[in-house]
Amino acid sequence: MTMKKILIISGKEMRQFFDSLIAYILLTGFLGFSGFFTWLYGGDVFLVGQASLQTFFAIAFWTLFFFIPALTMRMIAEERRSGTIETLMTKPVTAWQVVLGKFLATLLLVMIALMLTLPYYFTISGIGKIDHGAVISGYLGLVLMSAVYISIGLFASSISGNQIVGFLLALLISLFFHILFDLLSSAFSGALAEIFYYLSMSSHFESISRGVIDSKDLLYFLILTFLGLVLTHHRLTRSQAV
Amino acid sequence: MDIIVDHFTKDYGNQRAVDDISFRVVTGEILGFLGPNGAGKTTTMKAITTFLKPTAGNIRVGSHSILDEPEEVKKHIGYLPENNPLYTDLSVIDYLGFIARLHDIPQERVRERILEMVVTCGLEGEKHKKIGELSKGYRQRVGLAQALIHDPQVLVLDEPTSGLDPNQIIEIRDLIRRIGKEKTVLLSSHILAEVEATCDRILIINKGRIVADGTADELRRQSQGSEIVNITIEDGMADEIFQALRELESVEIVSFLEGIAGGFEVQSKPELSSRREIFKLCCNRGWTLTRMTPFAASLEDVFREVTR
Repeated sequence: MTMKKILIISGKEMRQFFDSLIAYILLTGFLGFSGFFTWLYGGDVFLVGQASLQTFFAIAFWTLFFFIPALTMRMIAEERRSGTIETLMTKPVTAWQVVLGKFLATLLLVMIALMLTLPYYFTISGIGKIDHGAVISGYLGLVLMSAVYISIGLFASSISGNQIVGFLLALLISLFFHILFDLLSSAFSGALAEIFYYLSMSSHFESISRGVIDSKDLLYFLILTFLGLVLTHHRLTRSQAV
Repeated sequence: MDIIVDHFTKDYGNQRAVDDISFRVVTGEILGFLGPNGAGKTTTMKAITTFLKPTAGNIRVGSHSILDEPEEVKKHIGYLPENNPLYTDLSVIDYLGFIARLHDIPQERVRERILEMVVTCGLEGEKHKKIGELSKGYRQRVGLAQALIHDPQVLVLDEPTSGLDPNQIIEIRDLIRRIGKEKTVLLSSHILAEVEATCDRILIINKGRIVADGTADELRRQSQGSEIVNITIEDGMADEIFQALRELESVEIVSFLEGIAGGFEVQSKPELSSRREIFKLCCNRGWTLTRMTPFAASLEDVFREVTR
């Protein structure tokens, strides 16, 4: 029963993605960017000299970072601005079902985008011997990273009724994990450097995209996602109690 | 299923929006909720529908408390929030389908239920349009349709006719009256005539407190105190008539009505009616009574008096 309500929310979000063209813009944008940089520009796959999707993963690492906040920015902010949050929260549905439903819909859309890049994989595996395990774990890494940024994006969207605030705040918070913690870790030494290094997304993403699935890395992604969702849930229920 | 509001209080920060109000709406009753802007109507409605948590007091819908069983309360309530918020990028059908599924209407019945609502609310021509393309009147119907789709026992409607033209107002009013026969309805409005036409009982709140409660007639009588009639008497001398009226036992004050020959305003003594005596007086003296209209305080007067 719980799951069913989550899926109903996801279904509605999906419909809104596709009805409002957001989905199509994201899909073409994502494929365009990652395709261009993977196949045509600069240090593309041909330059690497081996059959691997490393180039694509490194590019998707950045494209998703920018695209995900654009997907999540309206999810709660818009409900709040237009007042639909009131209709929604007075229906027999819990705040958790709403948060998880929205999370799942966005993750699903990102997974569709990633699925559409599978031809890259088939093409490259036709060129030479490819490490299938590394490809699978690379995609897994992208999905896990997306989960983290979606939960951060949802939280940012729940802060105010303004979508732009939702977008910028999501980028700002994500930026810390994406690159700033990495920079900080090289600026400091000792325990502090260790902590920043652990917090940095790139350290975990690189190892997983090379095909090393470590439970420490998995835990990192899952904890951050969970934290983002808990904070979003908190924001959503708190605003009601005011 | 009754709505029982029990010593409900709500603070926003230091400001008290609703101050210890209690009332009950019973099944089959349409209660009109009146009050100036900021009186606490919307706050009370939001609390009944579980969207806001009370600072103190409790609200029950049937046997379910909004504090202990909000999920049960939500199942039985159809709610049209203030300003009728809708997802403008969904089509009418998709939106109603979404709401129907949230209300656990079985999948095989969802379509049928949507179509019923589309017919009831007069949305046949618009059902495939996006809500954002609809006019305000149609959006209001969509808002009502989503509130009614699960056939709720209790309806809470925050200004259901705001922004509608007079024809639409009458249609919506008829719809509410029809539905209200078996259900418990609480509706708020600024339009006094509308509340009077739609509701069985009226509750006026001001600054978070209940200041009047009763049927429209009861409220009028309360505010007026004693009966006032305007009469016109012909075939007699004005002074003579004036004198005779003043001598009647039940009459307190008589005054001439300006601009009307033979017109008087007669106020009775408290608790008494002078209408019979006036009629008999005219018969005895051979005067002709050509007009007698009870002067009724309008609901506007009542409203202004209690919310001043």
